Order: sequence, then structure tokens, then C-alpha cells
Amino acid sequence: MSDADPGPPPPPIPPAPPPPPPIRVDAQVRVFLVDDHRLFLAGVRAELAGRVDLVGEATDVETAVDGIVATGPDVVLLDVHLPGGGGKAVIEAVRRRRPDVVFLALSVSDAAEDVIGVIRAGARGYVTKTISADDLADAVLRVREGDAVFSPRLAGFVLDAFAGDLPSGKSLDPELDQLTPREREVLRLIARGYTYKELARRLGLSIKTVETHVSSVLRKLQLSSRHELTRWATDRRLV
Amino acid sequence: MRRPDDRVFAGVCAGIARWLGVDPTFVRIAVVLLSFANGVGVVAYVVAWLVIPEVGAEEVEGAAVLGAEADAPPAGYQRSAAVVLMTLGTLLLVRWVSPFFPDHLVWPAACGAVGLGILWSRSGEEDRARWRDAVARLPGDPFAVLTGKGMWLRFHIGGLLLIAGLGWFFAANPTFDGVGQVGLGMLVTACGIALLLGPWIVGLARQLRDERGERIRSEERADMAAHLHDSVLQTLALIQRHAESPQQSRSLARRQERELRAWLFDARNPDGSPASLAAALDRLSNDIEADHDVTVDVVAVGDLPLDEHLDALVAALREAAVNAAKHSGEPEVSVYVEVEDGAIEAFVRDRGKGFDPSAVYGDRRGIADSIIGRMARHGGTAKVRSAPGEGTEVTLRMSLHE
Repeated sequence: MSDADPGPPPPPIPPAPPPPPPIRVDAQVRVFLVDDHRLFLAGVRAELAGRVDLVGEATDVETAVDGIVATGPDVVLLDVHLPGGGGKAVIEAVRRRRPDVVFLALSVSDAAEDVIGVIRAGARGYVTKTISADDLADAVLRVREGDAVFSPRLAGFVLDAFAGDLPSGKSLDPELDQLTPREREVLRLIARGYTYKELARRLGLSIKTVETHVSSVLRKLQLSSRHELTRWATDRRLV
Repeated sequence: MRRPDDRVFAGVCAGIARWLGVDPTFVRIAVVLLSFANGVGVVAYVVAWLVIPEVGAEEVEGAAVLGAEADAPPAGYQRSAAVVLMTLGTLLLVRWVSPFFPDHLVWPAACGAVGLGILWSRSGEEDRARWRDAVARLPGDPFAVLTGKGMWLRFHIGGLLLIAGLGWFFAANPTFDGVGQVGLGMLVTACGIALLLGPWIVGLARQLRDERGERIRSEERADMAAHLHDSVLQTLALIQRHAESPQQSRSLARRQERELRAWLFDARNPDGSPASLAAALDRLSNDIEADHDVTVDVVAVGDLPLDEHLDALVAALREAAVNAAKHSGEPEVSVYVEVEDGAIEAFVRDRGKGFDPSAVYGDRRGIADSIIGRMARHGGTAKVRSAPGEGTEVTLRMSLHE
């Protein structure tokens, strides 16, 4: 872990301006890895080496928060399950001090409640650990651009969570609590295994439009007041 | 324990022989001989039948699990001789006391003999070992064990009562009018037997219960060890051997992961047939990943209990996924199933080489029969969308009949 956080633990300087950004070698994304499984960490490190700039890694919540605040990466690849509070705790702690850092959840867990929890805490997407190296690098670039990354599984979870109509009167903001038919269509195609590109061609849309839809779904997922989202996420036993 | 699995009448003789570790024939001959002595053997047999519990199927299995130590002591000539001597002794006793075998004499004697027999055959494991040990050293003289070892108070009291009952009877015998006294003698004898057997029966019950609990626990442990050995360890070994083939290692690891998850977290029996659509889809992807070198990604929205129509849908889905695994040339197959209001839709998709559907219907029966035909028989539809180089997507749709 000593190689994970270069430099001494940072003094608590909460909302201070971020340290001067390090000189960026070309346009490489600066990535921080957080995973309590060292073997997996080593695997991802090997896969991403050369494609992105790995600035640090951590294996638990505390060192992750310190390391991320100190190094100021563009993207954090974050395990959903971590000792000390889980990926959710990392996002919540870092957000206050480094709102510009983007998170991509990466997990072996297929449990809906974990995934939805991390997304609602602010992660820009979720991919499973079985993802190929190319797709992972692609997903990292995508979230850095501000887009959302939906794996087929996450699309399935979201469709499940937004299925059915809310009982009348329960919905405070129909804008946020429903998916539009087009959004639903996009999610269904993602769940069926379509990439954004294939999806755009199938629906006759531009990739940019597809990304807009997906980002809007992510926003709804994070902001919706649907009681199902929380209740469903805890009730549902999809292991 | 009586052995109904090895019986002539009720399994008593076989049971006793088994406990004693002698040939059942010895015991059977002894009982028959004693039966000639004014029915002693018959009485003893009936009493033993009532008192000795029948061995359950569970105990038979248990004995097998525990190495049969409880129920099958090694056979020995000394023990066989002991049985013969005891039988002869009883016969001589009956004969000597009264050559005409009067009933009021035979019955208490029979009770005494049965009591001893029961004492012998139904003692606890430890007691039995002592008995066996002692009898092996002093064949034909079981009373030496009682007094010589002098270990158990209840044996002394029980034995004394037994003797007292018999003595009382003999004292009353010459008068030939002591029917009441005979009854009293029998009562004392019965008390002796009860005293001898009472604590032991309670102990036996407790011991059986403890043993059963322990057996269940150890069976669970053995189950888990066996499962991990058959699955995880085997897979790890396979992965080591296939280190140079990442594709194979990956599919092995993935399949094992699914299996382990199902085993750890799912109430449903992994060996039984799945009860819900989601479980059936899990099974489907497991099987196909096992048989073909592909990854099958299953995403399901909603779930339903299976019925015959859903079974047909799953079967069609399986056929489509197997086709994709075999013919697409791509390592990934996506399966998506959505249960909506009143209908269920399923998609199987690959990014492989695709084909021209119109050119294939004639000779490839798989699509026509197993997918389209099967769906049609259950009120559903199937569509195949493919073109060379474009991948393939099979869409299945079925309305739900409530």
C-alpha cells in the first residue's frame, strides 16, 4: 500500500483550492484504483497500464479518501464493497472536498441494492468486473467526458426499479419519477447487449443523443423520489 | 435392536445375536430349546419382542456411517460358548427344580432369565464392552461380573431383587398354595428388572439423541467439504492447468463463481429443477457456458414462477443461445428477458458473423422447430433478425395467460 499513496498523509485543508494540477502527458486520464482485493487490483493495473495514467490505489475507505484527495485523479475506479463503509462512503467523503472527481463503480457484486446505492451516492456508472480491458478503458474515458456508463446489468436494474406506475399522489416530481418511452427503449437495448453505437444506428439517433438519454436516466436514478428505488433496493434479494 | 431386515419371525434373535456378536443360529437354537422347557423360550421371545426396539432405517444408515461399531461387535467363540452355556444352565435349572415343569415355577424363572438377557443385550456401549470383556475371561459365569466388578449400584440392587424374587418363589413352592406369593415374587422380580433397566433406558434415549445431533452436524460439515472439493478445488486445479488458455480459464472461473453463489446464497436446490424464471435463466447460462466456450450475459427484469408455457419459452431461449454460442464465432452472448404487464419478451443477441435467415430455414430445423414452432405451440412468436456480418438477434414474445 506504500506505493499507493505517495507523499505523507495530507493535512486537513478542507475546501482549499486543489493543488496545482500535475503536468499532463498528452491527454491520458489520471485514474485512481480502489479495491480491497489485491489480486484484482493487480489485474486491473496490468490491464490499464499504458492506456491511462494510474496515479494511486487504495484498499479501504480511509486510505482511499486520503489518497484521492491528495492526488486529485480524473476518474476513480471504485469497488462497491470495501472495508470501512463501502464505495458509497468513499464517494460521500470525497465529494465534499473534491467535487470534480468522477467515480465509476466496478464490482463483482451483482446485488441490486449495492449497485443502486453507489449510483445514487454519485457514481457515473457501473460495470462488472468481468468487463474486458478495452471496454473498461473505454468506460473510463466516457465517464471522464461526463457521460454515464450503463452495463447491461445496470440497465436491467434501472428498468426493474422504474417498472410500473407510481400510485397516484405519491409522485412529487413526475419529471424525475418516470422514464420517458425513449429512455426506456434505450435502456432496453443496452440491457440486450447493444453498444451506444449500435443502439444509435438501430434507433436512428446520433451517439450524442443516446448519451443525453443515458445521462438523463442516471440523473433520474440519482434524484428520483420514487419510494421504490430505496425500498426495492433493500427488499430485493438479487444475489 | 431388533433386526427386521434379517428375521425369521420378528427379528429378535438376529438382533440379540448381533449385539452379542454370535451367529443368529445359536440364539435361534437356544430359544427353540428353551421353548421345550415349558415355554420359557416363547415367553422370553415375546418379552424381548416387546422390550427391544426395532432398529430404524436411520440407525442402519447411522451404523454404516459410524463404521458399524455400535451394532456389530466381532464374533467370538467365547461369546458363542457363553450363549450355549447360559441356555443349558437355564434348561438344567428348570429341569432340576421340577421335572414336570409346573407353570408357577417356570414363569418367574423365565422372567429372571429374560431380565438377565435384556441386561446383557441392552447395556450401553461402555457396559457392553465390560461385559464382553468379562465374559470373554469368565465364560458362562455372568454373575462373577456383577459381584467381581462391583461397579454399579443398580446392578447390585437389581441382581439382589432378582435373586430375592426367585428365592421367595422357591420358599413358597413346596406349599403349592402360594398363588399370591408367586405373584409377589414376580412383582419383586419385575421391580428388579425395572431398576436394572430404568436408568439405562433413559441414558440410551439421551445417547441416541446426542449421537443423532452430532451425526447431523458432522454430515453437514462433510457435505460442505465434499461440495468445496468437488467444485471449487477441482475448478482451481483446472484453471491452473489451463493457464495458457485465458478463454478457458475465464469460462471455468465464471461458471464456478455462479455455482458457488447459487450454493451459498440461494435457497433453491442447485440440483433440483428451478422454480422461477430467473432461476431457470441462471441455469441456462451456466449450462451453455459449461458446454461452449462463451460468456452468456443474462439480464432479467421481473420474475415469474415457471409453468409449462414459460418452460417452453426457456427451452426456445436455450436453443437460440446455443445456436449463438455454436455458430456466431463470438465469445459473448447477451440474453435479456423482461416481464411486462401481460407479456414476456426475451432477446438473444450476438455480434457474430450472422446469416441470411431466408437461406437457412429449409435445412436447419433447429430454428424452425425448436424456436419458432415451439413458441407458436404455446401462443407466442419468435423473430430472427440477422444478416451476414451483422450478428443475430432472436426475439421471443409470449402473452401471459392468467
